[in-house]
Amino acid sequence: MARPSLSSAGLSASPLDDDHLHSSAVTTITPIPQPVSPATGRRRSLWGVARRAFNASAAIVVLAAVWEILPRVQVVDPTFLPPLSDVLAAWYDLLRGGELVEHVQASLVRSLAGFGLAILTATPLGLLIGWYRPVAEFLNPVLELFRNTAALALLPVFVLILGLGETSKISIILYACAWPILLNTIAGVKGVDPLLIKSARSLGLGPFRLFQKVILPAAVPTIFTGIRLAGAYSILVLVAAEMVGAKAGLGYLINYAQYNFRVPDMYAGIITISVLGLLFNLLLVRLERRFSTWRTT
Amino acid sequence: MKIEFVSVTKEFAVRGSDRPFTAVSDISLDVAEGEFLTLVGPSGCGKSTLLDLLTGLTLPTRGEIRINGVPVSGPGLDRGIVFQQYALFPWRTAVANVEFGLEAKGVPRRERRERARGYLDLVGLRGFDERYPHELSGGMRQRVAIARSLAYDPDILLMDEPFAALDAQTRESLQEELLRIWNKTGKTIVFITHGIDEAVYLGQRVAVMTPSPGRIRAVVPVSFASREGDLRADPVFGEYRHAIWTLLREEVTSVGQTLTQLGRPLGLPA
Ligand SMILES: Nc1ncnc2c1ncn2[C@@H]1O[C@H](COP(=O)(O)OP(=O)(O)O)[C@@H](O)[C@H]1O
Ligand SMILES: [Mg+2]
Repeated sequence: MARPSLSSAGLSASPLDDDHLHSSAVTTITPIPQPVSPATGRRRSLWGVARRAFNASAAIVVLAAVWEILPRVQVVDPTFLPPLSDVLAAWYDLLRGGELVEHVQASLVRSLAGFGLAILTATPLGLLIGWYRPVAEFLNPVLELFRNTAALALLPVFVLILGLGETSKISIILYACAWPILLNTIAGVKGVDPLLIKSARSLGLGPFRLFQKVILPAAVPTIFTGIRLAGAYSILVLVAAEMVGAKAGLGYLINYAQYNFRVPDMYAGIITISVLGLLFNLLLVRLERRFSTWRTT
Repeated sequence: MKIEFVSVTKEFAVRGSDRPFTAVSDISLDVAEGEFLTLVGPSGCGKSTLLDLLTGLTLPTRGEIRINGVPVSGPGLDRGIVFQQYALFPWRTAVANVEFGLEAKGVPRRERRERARGYLDLVGLRGFDERYPHELSGGMRQRVAIARSLAYDPDILLMDEPFAALDAQTRESLQEELLRIWNKTGKTIVFITHGIDEAVYLGQRVAVMTPSPGRIRAVVPVSFASREGDLRADPVFGEYRHAIWTLLREEVTSVGQTLTQLGRPLGLPA
């Protein structure tokens, strides 16, 4: 809690490091880069900002270029990996035909339903388990076991019991999302600084108020970490769930396009799902940061 | 508010042993209303245990603690506690931390904010209301903690080595500040420390505690003709310090003697 922020520590340390390098250059013969003068240093830092912005997008640009060029020069077979421009054209056709919107909508409904239900069930459950320490200790081996069982391994079980419809799809997403939320919530509750609890108890706070005023707010950042992880899972599991017995959804689109040899459509679906996952994650990271400013800085 | 410890003993069960561990033994001590009492003793002699008992977080194995004649049976808002590690709620701003006890007391929202601001003012933190604990220095955090304990207006202030984690300069200024606040508010203060200087500087009386098991060895009344100037350089201050040092040390040497008799000489000067 009292940690100094990393960035400020880094800033104050760097001039010292320069001095150190400089003096060691005098005493030893090892060639060492000249210390930077203030003026060139500032120019360099401006350069640095530009470079970092470039670096962030450069890898993507390179990837896109490679994807475009390799199929065109026949290094890879364009039947299996069409050039990016073809894929983007297919994506645009799907969008204009209204198909894409339909699939994205179907996927989002499933993802958000499973994810939302997971938050609604796993958070209170985690709070309860974390609060009653004996319960947590009793359940721990079972929780460890389930946590380490890949959710998708259980997909056939879900289909077997719940059928091929929406119920089994939403259930498997709910199931996959519930674990990170549950485990993080338990950890968050158990990890509350005992001194804070002691301090609150010394004011005569009862168990309910203690929970509401101390345990819950202290656990919120850890709970949000779980929620962010669950968000990623909801997209990951979705695709697999939609490959079995679905009539719509991005997973269905990808699978169906592959089956019918509409290869550009398949890649269009893949791109859509990764962008969707990326955006969802970005949103949740933002949210997480907002709820844990007091912890991270 | 008069505090009475009547032959208080606290034992803890020890895992893997059927004989309990005696943390404090047969403590009898009175603290008068409005008094500033310091309790000094080496680490592990049972000071915090004694304070937990007074807080009502734990109950004595034998004996009784009374406040105004009423036995302590649990925590209450008549006592405020300040810990060495501040124990501020990191998700609350300074002013919201101070409000915490007022919420527990059921003070209405608007009045809460106003009162909290007033107490932050009292501890010299005007203008820091909206800072989070991680944005404050150690000394400032402890000021917030003190304001938090004062805000709900307890009659007794219990302080467990509150300045031990601070640098010497900050500690001295907070000591002065605490005396000023005590003069202004007239609280009864029980202040725990392992520093002899701090005990002599702050206390009207110094209770000297020795370990294994924790007992009160002596209670030394402290008074100075004048507190003007550098009190710590006053020869009388030195005499008090030496007296308490001797009281604390005698116990160590007597343990040393017993060990020497057992054929295990301690590395202590004769
Ligand atoms: N809950 C507990 N269970 C067992 N032993 C304890 C407990 N609390 C304190 N003790 C023991 O009691 C002794 C006194 O501890 P404490 O009151 O914290 O000392 P001080 O505050 O003077 O440093 C120590 O030896 C400590 O190990
Ligand atoms: Mg202690």
